[in-house]
Amino acid sequence: MTAQEAPVGTPSTEPEQLAEPVLEIRGLCVDYGYGVDAVSAVVDCDLVLRRGEVMGLAGESGSGKSTLAMAALRLLHSPGVITAGEVLFHSKPFGEQGPRGTIDMLGANESVLRAVRWSEISVILQSALNALNPVMTIGAQFDDLLRVHRPQFSNRDRWNRSAELLDMVGMTDDRLRSYPHELSGGMRQRAMIAMALALEPQVILLDEPTTALDVVTQREILEELMGLREQLGFAALFITHDLSLLVELADEIAVMYAGRLMERAPAASLFHAPRLPYTYGLLNCFPPMHGARRPMEGIPGSPPDLRMLPTGCAFHPRCRWSMDRCRQERPALRRLGDSDREVACWLYAGDAVIPDELTHPEPPKAGDRPAARGPVRASRARR
Amino acid sequence: MSAAVDDAAPVLEGRNLTKLFSVKSGHGFLSRRARLYAVQDVTVSIGAARVTAVVGESGSGKTTVARMLAKIITPDGGEVLLDGKAMPRGRPREYARQVQMIFQDPFASLNPVHRVRHNLVRPLKIHHVTDDIDAGVAGLLRRVSLEPPEDFADKFPHELSGGQRQRVAIARALAVRPRVLLADEPVSMLDVSIRLGVLNLLADLRDSEGLAILYVTHDIGSARYLADTIVVMYAGQLVEAAPSVSLTDDPAHPYTQLLLSAAPDPERPQPPSLVRSGAPPSLIAPPSGCRFHPRCPHAMEICRQVAPPSVEVSSGHTAACWLHVDSGKRQPEDARMAESIVTTDPSVFESARERAQRISPTGIRKQEERG
Repeated sequence: MTAQEAPVGTPSTEPEQLAEPVLEIRGLCVDYGYGVDAVSAVVDCDLVLRRGEVMGLAGESGSGKSTLAMAALRLLHSPGVITAGEVLFHSKPFGEQGPRGTIDMLGANESVLRAVRWSEISVILQSALNALNPVMTIGAQFDDLLRVHRPQFSNRDRWNRSAELLDMVGMTDDRLRSYPHELSGGMRQRAMIAMALALEPQVILLDEPTTALDVVTQREILEELMGLREQLGFAALFITHDLSLLVELADEIAVMYAGRLMERAPAASLFHAPRLPYTYGLLNCFPPMHGARRPMEGIPGSPPDLRMLPTGCAFHPRCRWSMDRCRQERPALRRLGDSDREVACWLYAGDAVIPDELTHPEPPKAGDRPAARGPVRASRARR
Repeated sequence: MSAAVDDAAPVLEGRNLTKLFSVKSGHGFLSRRARLYAVQDVTVSIGAARVTAVVGESGSGKTTVARMLAKIITPDGGEVLLDGKAMPRGRPREYARQVQMIFQDPFASLNPVHRVRHNLVRPLKIHHVTDDIDAGVAGLLRRVSLEPPEDFADKFPHELSGGQRQRVAIARALAVRPRVLLADEPVSMLDVSIRLGVLNLLADLRDSEGLAILYVTHDIGSARYLADTIVVMYAGQLVEAAPSVSLTDDPAHPYTQLLLSAAPDPERPQPPSLVRSGAPPSLIAPPSGCRFHPRCPHAMEICRQVAPPSVEVSSGHTAACWLHVDSGKRQPEDARMAESIVTTDPSVFESARERAQRISPTGIRKQEERG
């Protein structure tokens, strides 16, 4: 194994009680195309996924969230080019097999990547019909996977393990003889989840896994997935545009806009006390399920064209509270006071007046938080 | 089945609509044509200056209902009434002038080789709406907030963002000055941040021009936001119809309750547990009795045998469920069974209103006003 046996160093700035990082992305930049035609899809992104946690990555289409994740796992297709940054995977396999120690994902060669991909980091994509092979039965695809990664298994072992995996996601083993087109959308996605968990990975990347499914199926599958996470202890990077869903699932949420990380905060804080105008706007895009109905405005305008980004803060043309400074300089992601959240916004630098909507108090920490009552919503009602 | 109740006479009404599709089932020489009841006995009405939402999962028949109302497909049973009058068979131009449809995918519904102007001019010319075509196009673009109009009229659809494209599709539907707009999932293909803009546009058209709008969606949250009345469909049948706030705050049908508990709602303290709540049935061989009974936590013997009637739960709120039928009218042993289920585990049947009260101060206030 070419993986370096480096000690896993937790960054000194992080509070101690946090779990150790399993995937660290530092200053990652991704371009599509070369030279003058290059479009920067991801710029200078830092993200730390901790062991056993769910990190949500939210943003509109074209904000670079999938590109960021795909680049971190070296799954990017041409013309995507990683131009800068580093991705460290701190591997501690659950089984005896697999690489140990810190692996530099961007510098790793094919054989290292082969040892990491799927066995330590697996991916679940939006469309399971495209991800599964249409001319092979589900069982044959499981068999294929186990034959390569678990050469010590006999035929019967492989079949039993496949049946066990399907059982884990609530499917019966007679489905192993089915072709993907014979399964419903939810079943296909379940089979895909079982396949992603087959080798007990440490990290799962979920790229809009339930967007194509109905709400009831979506809820069931996510519940199952979160149950399995508690059971198996993998960390998940959950990419979606549905911020309201993330709030219920994720431990921490990062919000992307036009290729940059704009806000990173614990899920409850982000929902109850958004600090970034864009996050506030995004939360305002989901009509509430309770209380009086009232007009909501969403976010005016449309997401920017990455080829012609506005100057300064990319969000300023759509921002209600934009100032002169926003048009000229781009804000950097910086820690907010002594809290465990980061925001890229000029409102929190210098002596800018922070609007009332963005000053809600932090919710109590998870665990002792009472009935979640949205202070954000309450204030909107007052206005 | 009873319709959603509107004060005014409905502009467009679908009465007892039924649609059968013939599908192939089985393989090889064993294959045969099977009948699939996509929509069965559904009654929907759309009033002037009202938005009626049809909510359901995929395969529930909601789009088929919209298409029957648009007369794109012919119902196998029931009738479509415009102003209370049945229209001749086919799709007469006069009908198309009054009832227009907006489709889900604005990338596919606009002709990509023609400019926005061409897409808007065609209905103006075909229906002889106005002589001043240029002013007509500009006026339409202004009505959907694409300003200044001259910037947009000469663009191709691919030069516009998804939200702008959907606005052009709405403008095209408005060109013939329709009275009814049938919007089939108009925002589900759009980015979250621009969905509300399109929904607000539909709300403005309802309020300022008195359009009757049918809003077909799978997103019950947006239906609550936009619609005056919501009807819920399951497996081709109408299961519940009520004013939108009443339906979402106090759902009467177990399926509506399931749908609501599955919808993302960050404000509730604990997401509900829905593990293994089943899937919609096959429409070729639907379950006997109530089609929801295999998934229903309150299923009784009668649910397995007899399809439930639509009963009025409260004013303007109807649900097709045996739980709301007087126990005397059910079989005695079934009634006893229902009693035991409801009383032993009331938490299962907690209404969303109670849930709302528990977590939202506004819910309590509303309850006090009512009391």
